[in-house]
Amino acid sequence: MRNVWIRQHVAALRALLVLTALTGVLYPLLVTGVAQALFPGQANGSLVEKDGKVVGSSLIGQPFTDAGGNPIRKYFQPRPSKAGDGYDPASSGASNLGPEDVVDTPARKSLLTQVCERSRAVGELEGVSGARPYCTPDGVGAVLKVFPAVGTPARAVSVNQVCPARPFVAAYQGVEVECARPGEDYAAGRTVPVRGDAKAVVPPDAVTASGSGLDPHISVAYAELQAPRVARERGLPLAEVRALIDRHTTGRSLGFMGEPVVNVLELNLTLDRG
Amino acid sequence: MTSTTAGIVFVTSLAAALALAHRPLGDHMYRVYTGVRHNAVERGIYRLVGVQAGAEQRWSAYARGLLAFSAISILFVYGMQRLQDKLVLSLGLPAVTDHVAWNTAVSFVTNTNWQAYSGEATMGHLVQMAALAVQNFVSAAVGMAVAVALVRGFARRGAGTIGNFWVDLVRGTVRILLPLAFLGAVVLVAGGVVQNFAGPHDIATLAGGTQHMTGGPVAGQEAIKELGTNGGGFYNANSAHPLENPTAWTNWLEIFLLLLIPFSLPRTFGKMVGQVRQGYAIAAVMAVIALASVALTVTFELQGHATVPQAAGAALEGKEARFGVAGSATFAAATTLTSTGAVNSFHDSYTPLGGMMTLVNMMLGEVAPGGAGAGLYGMLILAVITVFVAGLMVGRTPEYLGKKIGSREIKLASLYFLVTPILVLTGTAVAMANEAGRAGMLNTGPHGLSEVLYAFTSASNNNGSAFAGLTVNTPWYDVALGLCMAFGRFVPIVFVLALAGSLAGQVPVPQSAGTLPTHRPQFVGMVVGVTVIVVALTYLPALALGPLAEGIH
Repeated sequence: MRNVWIRQHVAALRALLVLTALTGVLYPLLVTGVAQALFPGQANGSLVEKDGKVVGSSLIGQPFTDAGGNPIRKYFQPRPSKAGDGYDPASSGASNLGPEDVVDTPARKSLLTQVCERSRAVGELEGVSGARPYCTPDGVGAVLKVFPAVGTPARAVSVNQVCPARPFVAAYQGVEVECARPGEDYAAGRTVPVRGDAKAVVPPDAVTASGSGLDPHISVAYAELQAPRVARERGLPLAEVRALIDRHTTGRSLGFMGEPVVNVLELNLTLDRG
Repeated sequence: MTSTTAGIVFVTSLAAALALAHRPLGDHMYRVYTGVRHNAVERGIYRLVGVQAGAEQRWSAYARGLLAFSAISILFVYGMQRLQDKLVLSLGLPAVTDHVAWNTAVSFVTNTNWQAYSGEATMGHLVQMAALAVQNFVSAAVGMAVAVALVRGFARRGAGTIGNFWVDLVRGTVRILLPLAFLGAVVLVAGGVVQNFAGPHDIATLAGGTQHMTGGPVAGQEAIKELGTNGGGFYNANSAHPLENPTAWTNWLEIFLLLLIPFSLPRTFGKMVGQVRQGYAIAAVMAVIALASVALTVTFELQGHATVPQAAGAALEGKEARFGVAGSATFAAATTLTSTGAVNSFHDSYTPLGGMMTLVNMMLGEVAPGGAGAGLYGMLILAVITVFVAGLMVGRTPEYLGKKIGSREIKLASLYFLVTPILVLTGTAVAMANEAGRAGMLNTGPHGLSEVLYAFTSASNNNGSAFAGLTVNTPWYDVALGLCMAFGRFVPIVFVLALAGSLAGQVPVPQSAGTLPTHRPQFVGMVVGVTVIVVALTYLPALALGPLAEGIH
């Protein structure tokens, strides 16, 4: 019996080693050989060059910000990124914040406030309105904490607007809305996000972080929004910039897969090349 | 074309492609598992391994071989990670810590591919390729072997044996997974997935910064990751990473690959039991549930019914622009309906009800169509339970495919279905009851509970996807989830093999007027009903506290 047990495990080890040689060494070597022979450009990362020097991969997004983290105005800007400090391929990833993450804490800003802030910043950069539903005019999440949690409201706090900020609404169901006092715990109240009547001009992809944090694309709408600024900064006719956007737009694959997108690095590279 | 129309065409085209492909692949797998000849490569392997390929095994020997192989695999993968810094192609990365290495070893051997680590920051090329990707092949082959062994139980008459584990393992790897993965890998490279051995290197970006570029043998691993319903990404961002999934059409291809084997195996099953229509009935159950689930997930995400998606204008947080909402939600549904667990978007940021669908898909036991092999054996167990329930209604001894479902069979089938709920619910309860478990939550309120519930559901069902906000690279979570993965994989497998042995020994009873036909729409509807009701009753309270509390105001 003991012999059978040992024999079985020796066979298992031998099987694993043989299959490792086959699927863990031969297979990847074969795939690499064929890939490098047939599609060397793709297999090595779809690298793009400027003046003979590699400046990135057309598949990996890049930040177009200065040393201070501010957008460089002559470049099209990519989506917000949660990969490291932004577009860091060494730590790809997403925010992982939930769809009802709407209350800021001292430790971190809520996802809603992040969306509102981004919208406001993009609006300022592009000279359009950065207003959005569920956002206050000063660019945080428009969220009330109402007390008591159940029943007729007796107290309402605009929980993301720290005093002395002026609350985005004066009253909620007849109760005066207060600003949030730092250090006070509002967890017990009922959370009431307030939609407001703002219409968003800034497109959704401009205010949300991608899954990889390395998204090389933006929507056509976001590119169109940025076109006047880039044209102005570069002294180019708007029509020419728009034509370039058109050239760097990838439609849906076969007409139905995915969404039409604009490759930011390739577009900026073409602009730099003149 | 609107996004909604494009989404509908996207799903329809996948269904059509699977309908075209299941037949040749299902027939091929039938020949692989029933053929008597061993080819030259396989004979060489058997000689090196030292097993007799002609010898048939009883269920207990089959199970012992499988468990021995899996135990050795866990040790091997653990050892490779712990010794990473002393191996070639380590890219200068240090040895993986003990708890993460244990968790990862169990994770890849059990076909779960739960990842408590970030690929680009933890694993060198050799560990990825010769430890992790190897398990992507063999753990899928093990799942398929168990499914085939169970089918032999139905197909054989008065037999003491259910096949030879080593032969099933080797044939599944060599004749099914390797060629398909190779083809898939080459096509993925054409789309832009990288395949090289370069280490990380810095480049100067257009704006004058530096970017730390990464390479690696990604395409080969990506192909088998989907095909074998594994899901462990080369990079942290998994299939959202542009170097793993660069375009909208590679996204389509990856979804196709992860559904391919699970949707083809019912055909293999039908051929093996000599009634193709029985296979189609099983495939129909899978298809009904899968289509309903995909439709609901995509609808919930396109509607974007939650505060942040409403504020943003679309549920795009954690989603890639090139895939869009529909292409992301379809992937999310497919990856959780199978045991894949790869993600091309981050489920933690999904709308409450969209995120709930991914949970429900896993809670169904991953049977529609489920993992490579695991889906088929899970669904066959549900069919057994269905004929038992139907037999109770009319007061007849239940039978399926001529085999009597007696007390031993129904006990094994019931035990199979009790394992995962016990692991999921007690695991979540224990996590919520202690500080180490609660500390991992990123989000607060019901969403925090969803994160923990998701983790235990994913581990126990061997899925591997996550509400990734949860911090899981802690000793407590690594050990707890590692145990869930191991028990959630091997305990049910032992029950399935025992059932196979018990069925194989029976001589089929002849069909009579009272036999419940198991190939008609009526039976398909009954299995769908049993699947959904069993799940709803088990998990509804937990779902009510998590996603339902968050999503319904």
